[in-house]
Amino acid sequence: MSYLLNTDEILQTIRMIDQQHLDVRTITLGLSLLDCAGEDIDRVSTKIYDKICREARDLVTVGEAIEREFGIPIINKRLSVTPVALVTGGCKGNPVKAALAMDAAAAEVGVNFIGGFSALVHKDYTHGDRRLIAAIPEALASTERVCASVNVGSTRSGINMDAVAQMGHIIKNTAALTADRDGLGCSKLVIFCNAVEDNPFMAGAFHGVGEGEKAVNVGVSGPGVVYEALRECEGASFDTVAETVKRTAFKVTRMGQLVAREASRRLNVPFGIVDLSLAPTPAVGDSVARILEEMGLEVCGTHGTTAALALLNDAVKKGGVMASGHVGGLSGAFIPVSEDEGMIAAAREGTLNIDKLEAMTCVCSVGLDMIAVPGDTPAETLSAILADEAAIGMINNKTTAVRLIPAPGKTVGDTVEIGGLFGSAPVMSVHGASSKAFIERGGRIPAPLHSLRN
Amino acid sequence: MKAIVSVFAKDAKGIIAYITGVLAEQEINILDISQTLMQEYFTMIMLVDLTDCPMSFDALSRHLQEKGAERGLSVHIQRQDIFDAMHRI
Repeated sequence: MSYLLNTDEILQTIRMIDQQHLDVRTITLGLSLLDCAGEDIDRVSTKIYDKICREARDLVTVGEAIEREFGIPIINKRLSVTPVALVTGGCKGNPVKAALAMDAAAAEVGVNFIGGFSALVHKDYTHGDRRLIAAIPEALASTERVCASVNVGSTRSGINMDAVAQMGHIIKNTAALTADRDGLGCSKLVIFCNAVEDNPFMAGAFHGVGEGEKAVNVGVSGPGVVYEALRECEGASFDTVAETVKRTAFKVTRMGQLVAREASRRLNVPFGIVDLSLAPTPAVGDSVARILEEMGLEVCGTHGTTAALALLNDAVKKGGVMASGHVGGLSGAFIPVSEDEGMIAAAREGTLNIDKLEAMTCVCSVGLDMIAVPGDTPAETLSAILADEAAIGMINNKTTAVRLIPAPGKTVGDTVEIGGLFGSAPVMSVHGASSKAFIERGGRIPAPLHSLRN
Repeated sequence: MKAIVSVFAKDAKGIIAYITGVLAEQEINILDISQTLMQEYFTMIMLVDLTDCPMSFDALSRHLQEKGAERGLSVHIQRQDIFDAMHRI
């Protein structure tokens, strides 16, 4: 082999990492808990704790070793498990015990989040689903690391509007039980349509039933790198913009693929997928909103934002897909308001509102994410917002994920401080006109015509 | 294993001699070397072979950082794979 040293490329990589926030956002170990199922909740919880501690004990040390050797920051090491409703379904006891076991095990192995306190009810509930969903507020209030999610709709099955109606109340209750922390519990609760089984990103990660015993899934990041690359294309046509995003996404994803392969080899766990998401953080220079503004929008949220995001989302996928053997998860641009410095600024300034965000979710991955709304928003209004997002997901064959924080005691103009990677969110206004009679109908919105693809 | 050593510092006399001396002490073979000045900053990139190095990668990484810090140099070592992965198809 040749020893050719390309200084420019090496310096480019070092600059991306040092100055442009390039990192691997998460190595998430997916773990099946199906063999922990049983009839006694205490026994099941012990099995869950033991299995997680046994199977995930090397995750953090392996992640840190890769980080040091390759010089790539790996921000989070996390766990996703089988939707717990399937594991505790046969138990009569309170599923919160399983959440406490997950929390304790996550602390023991040193991960900051564990996803999978979840139920899949896109068509209808089982008894186990009902018990688990009812336990979500208490589970999120009494644990630190556990994340919950509920899938309420899919393109194939339609939207379970009973679940949509219930989730409005579950969100409110979760906020109430964590009122002392601005409703922090809601930042760990995702309501999905078309949930994916191999998503490595929190709070919506779970290890689907089609998955194997274990899998390593990696989520890359890099809004800062894309932003810096686009700064070099001022005034250039969209053809150039798209090409630049693709090239950048390719490099970022190759790095993720390398880390995923290495983690898989060292943990002796099959490689699952690389998730090609552009995931922002509250840090300056790591914002998706600023990328959109760099394309020529004065403030994110103004007219043209949806088109800019559509281009970005598509180019990220096109660039990334060739860089990885298996692409999966959510794979697209994330637009979590509280976790994106530019989104926060645009929302404060008033240009970015919930209606524009809803439009943006039609063309990017996920949905209305990390949005603080007034604490007195009725549960039915929250449910109606969930229904709108689920409809977008169902009709467009895509995942939508909603995280709303009805911050207790807060109103429009206030700021919710969630802290850490969750950031802070200005409380956004919602429409005052009631959706109560609509939500009270219940039942199921039928699957769309294009679900019949066989 | 091959790795990339990068050195950043304000330009001064004897940086290359110092760093290559530190590497030689650890039985590290230099395969390629490139250095330049960017503004008044000294930037050196080396491709090295760690086959005979007695230290573990982690220990070596700390050692280079400490030795660099003694002379006001920022010294980092990373496995070569990351650069190949990002820039080569």
